[in-house]
Amino acid sequence: MHDGDSVALGLALESGIPFAAVHEMIRQGRKDLTLIGPISDMAFDQMIAAGVVARIIAAWVGNVAGGSGYGFRRAVEDGVPRSIEVEDHSNFTVGLALTAAAMGLPYLPTRTGIGGDIVKNHSRIRPIDDPFGGAPLLAVGALRPDVAIIHVQRADEDGNAHLWGNLGLTVEAAYAARRTILVCEEIVPKDVIRSDPNRTQIPGFLTTAVVEEPGGALPSSLQGYWRRDFEPFLEYHRVSRTREGVEPWLRRWVLEIPDRATYLDRLGESALERLRVRDQRLAAPANFAP
Amino acid sequence: MTEPYTRRELMVVAAGREIHDHEVVFVGMRLPLLGFGLAKATHAPDAVGLFENGVIRDRPAEAFIYTMGDPPNIAGAIACLGLMDVMCLLQQGRVDVGFIGGAEIDPLGNLNTTRTAAGGATVRLPGSGGGGDIASLARRTVLIMEHEPRRFRQQLDYVTSPGHFHGRRSGGPSTLITTLGVFDLSDGRFRAASLHPGITRDAVRNATGFPVAIDDSVPVTRAPTADELAYIRHADPLGFWTGEPMKGR
Repeated sequence: MHDGDSVALGLALESGIPFAAVHEMIRQGRKDLTLIGPISDMAFDQMIAAGVVARIIAAWVGNVAGGSGYGFRRAVEDGVPRSIEVEDHSNFTVGLALTAAAMGLPYLPTRTGIGGDIVKNHSRIRPIDDPFGGAPLLAVGALRPDVAIIHVQRADEDGNAHLWGNLGLTVEAAYAARRTILVCEEIVPKDVIRSDPNRTQIPGFLTTAVVEEPGGALPSSLQGYWRRDFEPFLEYHRVSRTREGVEPWLRRWVLEIPDRATYLDRLGESALERLRVRDQRLAAPANFAP
Repeated sequence: MTEPYTRRELMVVAAGREIHDHEVVFVGMRLPLLGFGLAKATHAPDAVGLFENGVIRDRPAEAFIYTMGDPPNIAGAIACLGLMDVMCLLQQGRVDVGFIGGAEIDPLGNLNTTRTAAGGATVRLPGSGGGGDIASLARRTVLIMEHEPRRFRQQLDYVTSPGHFHGRRSGGPSTLITTLGVFDLSDGRFRAASLHPGITRDAVRNATGFPVAIDDSVPVTRAPTADELAYIRHADPLGFWTGEPMKGR
């Protein structure tokens, strides 16, 4: 990561949010980041409250269980702790912008948003005529993030990634980004990847780095590994109402701990046991015999 | 004699009743998560639900969920795809009905969830999420809102999710479900279809910052059945979504 990078994350929507990486970017004191995502839950809000963000390109910034993102509101309304620029989108237009980049195209046409204010005077969305004579359309310009950070269930050491559950914009962002960083629950032998190639959503040559960081998406869920930890979302929503409330939270859960392992220790073994998925509901095998 | 129920439970039931059997439903956040499950469990067993995170379900989530990405909404799904897959189905016209919430509404059913100066200083709201897309592209939309004067405005500061704008070719809001009643918004109307028990016409007029048509014969919103209440209390056992009061968004 570099200061000033544009970073796509939270791409699966409410699950698989790479909080370990989010907190590490805050600890490293990154500056002037641009955050890209559809909805972001509280990850974007935490980074904004910590002052590492200059610009947002997103459809929604808040706290899914709680509502408003107070860090976001303070930054936009009062410039606290710093002012930020916001490029407003809908989920679909964020997706179209990333998909255009993933397809190697300058833009994609759409009908979404016509009649509303998001698409008016928008730096990345412009009216176009249908060259085939149909009704007017909007063109959504390509968006190529410097970095996509994606939390997956498993990957091999070359960065071939198996992921399952809701995908959101995960795959489009991995294809669009200049660099893709995978955070995974487990690094597995390549034979595991080869056993089920349809589950490989990100081929390794797109991957810049793989980080094995179990529990790195908590408190968001990860199918088959972790349940959603509800209380931290509600707690953050409560304490982040004021700058005086959010700063101690950032110190306790981010700045004063060195890494994710310490974060998990601080959650405590009984909490981890409650959140860890022990049950198995395995997919039926698919026969790939030649 | 029906058992007591909360206003949120009544709203979930009203939302569920907007779903017809065999329809393809774009399920929103919060109360519609329950409304979809309720419809499936009662009168619309063959409805199919699309979620903006890419999940397609033909039965309700297996346990209580806060968000559509929670593991009980993934387990037992028919498909786990991506956001673009379900948005493209929406754009293609394959979605019969979509659900959206809003912070503010105007007489044309435009919704604002982006920014408002209604209270003086400008307040930044979270933004569109998928709301603007559902409003633009579903064959009809059902809106769910708190019914307060500051939210029902003749003129919005920002239109996040377009309603019945001039030149609209298809779709648009058909029904608005609020804490006070159910309203018919089809074809640009704004007419009370039913008022919740104990809610007077004056209460609705006083809470609506623009004229609303309310017939003298407007019925009372039909109470939840025992089966409907049983489903809601099974799906939301602690009343997180359906206790009083509803969480703001």
